[in-house]
Amino acid sequence: MTVSTEGHTVKRYDQQLGNLRSLVLEMGGLVEDQITRAVQALQDEDLVAAREVVARDHVVNGFDVRADEEVVNLLALRQPVGSDLRLILSMAKTVTDLERIGDEAEKIARMTARMYDGTNIPHAKLLRDVASMAKLAVAMLHGALDALARMDVATALAIAKGDDELDGEFQSSLRRLATFMMEDPRTIGHAIDAIFIIKALERIGDHSKNIAEYVVYLVKGKDVRHVKKEQLTMDDLDS
Amino acid sequence: MNTAIAQQRAIHQEPVMAAHPQDLAFNATEPAPEGHRTVGLVTVDNPKMSARDVNVHYGDKHAIKHVTIDIGTNEVIAFIGPSGCGKSTFLRCLNRMNDTIDGCRVSGEITLDGHDIYARDLDVVQLRARVGMVFQKPNPFPKSIFDNVAYGPRIHGMVSSKSELEDLVQWALEKAGLWNEVKDRLHQPGTGLSGGQQQRLCIARAISVSPEVILMDEPCSALDPIATAKIEELIDELRANFSIVIVTHSMQQAARVSQRTAYFHLGDLIEVGETEQIFTNPVHKLTEGYITGRFG
Repeated sequence: MTVSTEGHTVKRYDQQLGNLRSLVLEMGGLVEDQITRAVQALQDEDLVAAREVVARDHVVNGFDVRADEEVVNLLALRQPVGSDLRLILSMAKTVTDLERIGDEAEKIARMTARMYDGTNIPHAKLLRDVASMAKLAVAMLHGALDALARMDVATALAIAKGDDELDGEFQSSLRRLATFMMEDPRTIGHAIDAIFIIKALERIGDHSKNIAEYVVYLVKGKDVRHVKKEQLTMDDLDS
Repeated sequence: MNTAIAQQRAIHQEPVMAAHPQDLAFNATEPAPEGHRTVGLVTVDNPKMSARDVNVHYGDKHAIKHVTIDIGTNEVIAFIGPSGCGKSTFLRCLNRMNDTIDGCRVSGEITLDGHDIYARDLDVVQLRARVGMVFQKPNPFPKSIFDNVAYGPRIHGMVSSKSELEDLVQWALEKAGLWNEVKDRLHQPGTGLSGGQQQRLCIARAISVSPEVILMDEPCSALDPIATAKIEELIDELRANFSIVIVTHSMQQAARVSQRTAYFHLGDLIEVGETEQIFTNPVHKLTEGYITGRFG
């Protein structure tokens, strides 16, 4: 008997798994673009671009529905086991997180459209932390998706280990916004909007972390969610 | 998924006939009530074979009751159901294998490309060349591998020269995914092959006469998972050229290989549907009970 690791004897199975993977990665690319555009629209005070992001959220949702259909069919028709089962479960969970990231991007875009639609526009100091936080959040998502595409556990583990930097930025930004509000209660309205925006970015970090954890599970079969990961090494994943 | 959701998502959804409430009320150990109607996609746009109101009696036993179903062109359709549900009996009606059984009466109409296969002037040998069959246990002839495959083309006078015959045998063995394994021992007995190879030899023998429909009665039940996967891959490839009807006890196999699935229960055809639909959202309670393993 020859043992082949190239693919399943039933080639259509490989095709279906490949389709699901590409669908999820394509969705990931779209979601990443949504955040980048939403943040850019905010910085450029560009209402049109912000509304485009809002309008495009249904495309993200369409991916969600399609990927779930593929998952249900694969589970019902192929009875996946082993690495196939882990792949399908990881993809199903990744899709959920991606859809939520898409929602956060839409939220930022809606907020932008509201804040800059009129004469009472927010003072730039309220949003000064957004750029750096967005950079961190997008980097985490990009890293997680890249790890997923390349089945790269080392990168995934690094991302899963922490979003401390992003959390730290969020906390200090929150403190600064609180100070502005205490100094001048007229800023409260816009400051609250700003809080929603930085919270959205902080959530994107959390979702990206989840995706990175699914990659570890997919490749190594180890569930690293809800465990302390500071000390976790690649060797621990092999044992 | 309801229509409103389907429209909103712009996903095409075939209409599924709603089951009659009284159909849903009957017991798994009892036959469907008189006048039961099959639910789901019974007919297709491009039928290769069509059965209309087919009944089979073995003496007093009413084995198949008013079955109406199409076999589509280039589709794999799986018949599933508990033992004794009539799926094999119905399969055997499709190439008149039941003719040889004493006391077996078939009524109703079964057509191949629109022509009645039970017509008086029909040549049954020709019919079985067009509608081939692969059985549960591999049953190669006690002849060489080559002669097993060459047998059909020879008796049907399909070839005029030795080289033509050799090409045809090679084609059939390649189609059946067996060529590379046997090309150096074509003149050794077919019975010397492994079970999985023998079954692929039987498939090669069935396709050597260029049938249009292949009936498979539990083709993998005597095989191990690796040989099964090879046959399943083969079925998927053969679909490009043939219509395939497969009877299987393994619902998982039905799920893996078929595009449509038909569920039989005590002689009734309960439900037919796209395989995705049958295995994710069956309409009929009996189908649901069977596929989820809830029958006592």
